[in-house]
Amino acid sequence: MALLQIAEPGQSAAPHQHKLAVGIDLGTTNSLVATVRSGMSVVLHDDKGRALLPSVVHYLADGSTDVGYEAQAQQSRDPQNTIISAKRFMGRGVHDIPDLGHHPYRFVDSPGMLQLSTVAGPKSPVEVSAEILKTLKARAEKSLGGELTGAVITVPAYFDDAQRQATKDAAKLAGLHVLRLLNEPTAAAVAYGLDNGSEGIFVIYDLGGGTFDVSILRLSKGVFEVLATNGDSALGGDDFDRRVFCWILEQTKLPPIGPEDTRLLLTKAREAKEQLTDHDETRITCVLSTKQVIDLTLTHQAFAEATQYLVTKTLSPTRKALRDARIGIEDVQGVVMVGGATRMPQIQHAVAEFFGQEPLTNLDPDKVVALGAAIQANVLAGNKSENELLLLDVIPLSLGLETMGGLTERIIPRNATIPVARAQDFTTFKDGQTAMSIHVVQGERDLIADCRSLARFELRGIPPMAAGAARIRVTFQVDADGLLSVSARELASGVEANIVVKPSYGLSDDEIANMLQAGFSNAQDDKQARALAEARVEANRLLEAISAALTKDGDALLNAEERQSLEIQMAALRETANGIDHRAITASIDALNHASETFAARRMDASVKQALTGHTLNELSL
Amino acid sequence: MLEKNYFELLGLPVAFVIDPTLLDQNYRNLQSEVHPDRFAAAPAADRLRSIQVATQVNEAYQTLKSPIARGRYLLQLNGVDTQEETNTAMPAAFLMQQMEWREAIEDASAARDISALDQLLKELRQAAKTLEAELQNSLDQQHDFAKAAEAVRKLRFLDKVRDEIEHAIEALEGNL
Repeated sequence: MALLQIAEPGQSAAPHQHKLAVGIDLGTTNSLVATVRSGMSVVLHDDKGRALLPSVVHYLADGSTDVGYEAQAQQSRDPQNTIISAKRFMGRGVHDIPDLGHHPYRFVDSPGMLQLSTVAGPKSPVEVSAEILKTLKARAEKSLGGELTGAVITVPAYFDDAQRQATKDAAKLAGLHVLRLLNEPTAAAVAYGLDNGSEGIFVIYDLGGGTFDVSILRLSKGVFEVLATNGDSALGGDDFDRRVFCWILEQTKLPPIGPEDTRLLLTKAREAKEQLTDHDETRITCVLSTKQVIDLTLTHQAFAEATQYLVTKTLSPTRKALRDARIGIEDVQGVVMVGGATRMPQIQHAVAEFFGQEPLTNLDPDKVVALGAAIQANVLAGNKSENELLLLDVIPLSLGLETMGGLTERIIPRNATIPVARAQDFTTFKDGQTAMSIHVVQGERDLIADCRSLARFELRGIPPMAAGAARIRVTFQVDADGLLSVSARELASGVEANIVVKPSYGLSDDEIANMLQAGFSNAQDDKQARALAEARVEANRLLEAISAALTKDGDALLNAEERQSLEIQMAALRETANGIDHRAITASIDALNHASETFAARRMDASVKQALTGHTLNELSL
Repeated sequence: MLEKNYFELLGLPVAFVIDPTLLDQNYRNLQSEVHPDRFAAAPAADRLRSIQVATQVNEAYQTLKSPIARGRYLLQLNGVDTQEETNTAMPAAFLMQQMEWREAIEDASAARDISALDQLLKELRQAAKTLEAELQNSLDQQHDFAKAAEAVRKLRFLDKVRDEIEHAIEALEGNL
């Protein structure tokens, strides 16, 4: 469904100023890339005219990969090297995955995040996802005829910090500049809301291949405010497939089967599920590698009974979200269905029954997330001059700290609007103590053991004092991507503590650097050359941004001396960026950032004044 | 700019009684200007400043939106600590009511009666409204901070009872 944007006369961006930005739906089953072109949000197709890219990566012994349909064609023949649904493994350890035997992969229990053993070596889910993103990036650049400025990448609203960081890391590996991590239900709400000009309270029911999100939003005049979100990041269409797979095993009483047959039956199970959307019964036929013949008939009724518990599982987060939002079913204007799995008739019936109204399905549930992401990408890249779109999203899970006795102390509650920050004061318990470790978790339970470990933050460089004398203020900041960062300062001395982050389920900076290095098998692309290229890109980005700010606000907010001082700093960066020392460029970038802080503060103050003054003027005109 | 108090930041007069529509409008107008989404392509210094200010605006909005938080904040501006954690002395009648409510929660849970629990929620909301009116009066008319602090402490008690009722409802709906 194409969306029309009508620019105000005289305000459409000159063609050469238009930034190439895309929205990417990195889905469990399928991925898509979309962009806003000539004012319309459109999904980009591959050279065979296909919009969807199956989220499948096939590894070959020489390290090369097939991605998408070509990879999917290999899944039965080479199941252990053909990775499907890698999204389910992002930011997860081996012990997080139930029923390992139902996957045909060879799992590696490595610290930080599980890996999959392939013929090309062990691969992290981050690397698998990066291959998919690389393919979409190439598709977009070919289709749009230029290099991308950036991308908005969607994530399930219920993804925790580790899963989000893993997604950002995958983008980095793929060479994508992430403008924003956007929650999938919010993206869908944007596409739907703008398309229909809707106002009121809407529920987004998003059941994808591997994740379930339910978000409650208030839409009003271009402001999309998330009231509450809930979900299950390990519940999706795949689980319905797996249930049919188990049903097949139950019906046939098969002895243990190998990876090829597992993949074969899982594929047949998925096909059966899809058939039952439009048919009352379907036949499952195939021949296993053991020569055993499978010939079963699955009725819609049997399927519905076998999977009823999964449907019910989606209603619990739905109730919780309604309660957190403090609204009743009667307040809901409409329910939007997102994700391929919502095509199942029993899902549509359950949702209709729960909300007492027919769900809205007029947008393609496979494309709506990418379309919404593209709309936001267009705004964030700076293409739209009108500030019409404002997304106020929330953190889905409470953040807490471990305190004495293994208890959780909640510091940021779930559904707090982001960005959000909280400060917590700590003190030392030994004389001369110069370091401390803080364990941060996500979750709603009272015991640390029942929550999800996020990271251990080690504070170092606390000035040595008597026990209990130090007052260390630790500030927890969640940004607009839903990612946590921590800073600490000893209040008496004002000393900033140095923080070393040890993510519980993430990749360290070294690991990412190694992956980036390994990704370039070519001797030409050496580390130095790449670091230089990246430093230059960042320098250009910064120079462009400050130039734009000076053009807009330089005269009003800076005196001649201040402006000249800033311009000298910019010239210094331009000069350094022409050289070949990437470290010098980075230092120059830092210096320019620092030098522009006052200007930034004044621009912010002016924005705030404008926001409130603008309203007062409206009031006066009444 | 971060030195402004929450009322000033959101363009409202410093008082307990607020115009909720004005609060919402000012909040949205402010976030439209300062939110990180406005600065995604801006220099790092702008992005840093944006996150700080947008966070402050969110904090201010959440505080002023909630009657108990707003009352607590107003008292704080006047140098008064509500002593919610330390001062648990309450009038006997109030404590009796708390006990009655808690017994009603237990009875309703045992009887698996969700509608009884919903009814309790309604009662609680009513009691909270009455207390909020007292809080408003203490702060805006009488300027009696001790009385206002007591009203905040009572509202805190009610919050806890409300949490228990919601917890009980979730347990009955099989969500725990």
